[in-house]
Amino acid sequence: MVKVAIFPPNSLILADLIERKGYVALALQKAIRKKVKDPDIDSPPMNITEDDPIKGLKYAAIEVPSGVRGRMAIIGPLLDESEAAIIIDDAPFGFGCIGCARTNELSIFYLRKKGVPTLELIYPKTKDETTDMVNRINTFLDSLTLSKDSNKENNGKNNVKEENNG
Amino acid sequence: MVKIALVSCGTEYSGIQKEIEKAATTFGAQIVIPEIDLDYIDEAYEKFGFSAQSSSLKLMIARAMSIVEGKSKADAVFIATCFRCAEGALVRNEVRRFIQENTRIPVVTYSFTERTKADELFIRMEALSTTVARRSILAREKQEGLTLGIDSGSTTTKVVLMENNEIIGSGWTSTKDIMESVAKGADEAFEGTGYSMDDIDGIGTTGYGRLTIGKKLKAELVQEELSVNAKGAVYLAGHQKGEATVLDIGGMDNKVITVNNGIPDNFTMGGICAGASGRFLDMTSRRLDVDITELGPLATKGNFKKAMLNSYCIVFGIQDLVTTLAAGGSKKDVAAAACHSVAEQVYEQQLQEIDIREPLIQVGGTSLISGLVKAVSETLGGIDVVVPEYSQHIGAVGAALLVSGMGKRQENR
Repeated sequence: MVKVAIFPPNSLILADLIERKGYVALALQKAIRKKVKDPDIDSPPMNITEDDPIKGLKYAAIEVPSGVRGRMAIIGPLLDESEAAIIIDDAPFGFGCIGCARTNELSIFYLRKKGVPTLELIYPKTKDETTDMVNRINTFLDSLTLSKDSNKENNGKNNVKEENNG
Repeated sequence: MVKIALVSCGTEYSGIQKEIEKAATTFGAQIVIPEIDLDYIDEAYEKFGFSAQSSSLKLMIARAMSIVEGKSKADAVFIATCFRCAEGALVRNEVRRFIQENTRIPVVTYSFTERTKADELFIRMEALSTTVARRSILAREKQEGLTLGIDSGSTTTKVVLMENNEIIGSGWTSTKDIMESVAKGADEAFEGTGYSMDDIDGIGTTGYGRLTIGKKLKAELVQEELSVNAKGAVYLAGHQKGEATVLDIGGMDNKVITVNNGIPDNFTMGGICAGASGRFLDMTSRRLDVDITELGPLATKGNFKKAMLNSYCIVFGIQDLVTTLAAGGSKKDVAAAACHSVAEQVYEQQLQEIDIREPLIQVGGTSLISGLVKAVSETLGGIDVVVPEYSQHIGAVGAALLVSGMGKRQENR
């Protein structure tokens, strides 16, 4: 069960494609659900309190706006957990978004730096490109089990990073 | 109920959404989020023309557009973005300008951190609610009858007695025990007028201690200082029509209020650094061994460029001034440098956040320091700064003016 981080972190389409292959999609909704299901709702609507931007200091320094740190407090642990990642660049907000460009930059950089197998694509603009994107994602996901086994044999030194311009 | 539209880039991610709602509810207002559909975001964003990268800022623009176009209903707008976010600050300012230029809806802006608490937002929400719900009171231009205005500030308590549109008595004392300070100020104000507390028609209170005083004296008007000061300033400056900016550099916080026909439509309040407050000038005068009343005239004779002042911090700033004096610098240059330092900081931290509209009416105790008034004018490129008579009593005058017509104490007697 490979844990796959996605970007945008709340993309339902990406999460669905991953779960169809039997993997775990590290989607933002699950993290938020966990927060709002906590026994005390201290800070509606998402139960993010002033403690969260402080937790976000793990990912961004104090001079970074509280909105970035608050978002990273939720997204950051998902990125930490990831064993693979799918990043879709230039996606419109209907595909999924976290609302803040600085958080986007930091999250993508964090994933790239992590060195896990990563598929990075540009959001498709035509039907053909869309089909191609889905095919590439499926191929990437199929390769993950193999890649994971290969990593084990090579003590994790054989990370695969596939990039494509879509 | 006053509906305040929240236009922000994501207050919920900073954990302050409930604080905003709490502040609004305290003053009988309700926070509403302008609902718009996805297609409208692109349409509004393109129409607005600001290329923001963050989608929440695009959403902010679309929400502002929906208010301006009447698609969303709101009585007032609260615009908030993260403190230290450049893109957010740019959009916040442009959205504020856009709403103000195209509607008569009062707007308040704020840059928040995760530490923002409801208390900090109270005055803004109260002023927004007042502007909407009490527009008729704010429209008052002439004082009638015999009224008492009390401004209980962080440093000083000011009391003004007005009769038939004239100030007939005033009192000014340092704020210690709130009610004792009021009593002392009121005694000064009544002195020589032949009147006493029993003769007045109504009492208006403002400032930090307004709620306590209002309750104890059964005041007819208990009002936050933004609306009251704005009203008092334009009244005393004889500028009740048209636009103006009111600047009050206080002992603990600074206020900049833009006014349109006597009604505040935007303001900023700062209180983060003591180096940008009257307190710095108070400390400077003590270090120079001159009375605070002499600091202004002394500063106007000096050249601020001749005194080294590398820090805006009140502690290091005073150290710099001491170093200058030790190196043989003159008192007048040091006084000028201190005034310039305060003016520059107020400019950098606050005046830039707001559209300065001429005339700039400088009020509060610090407006009596002529060197500071000169420094403010110079920092703003030589614009005309008006300091009206009784500028230090601005809040008390505003309260006495606004309460007139509300108090029926003599009729009820």
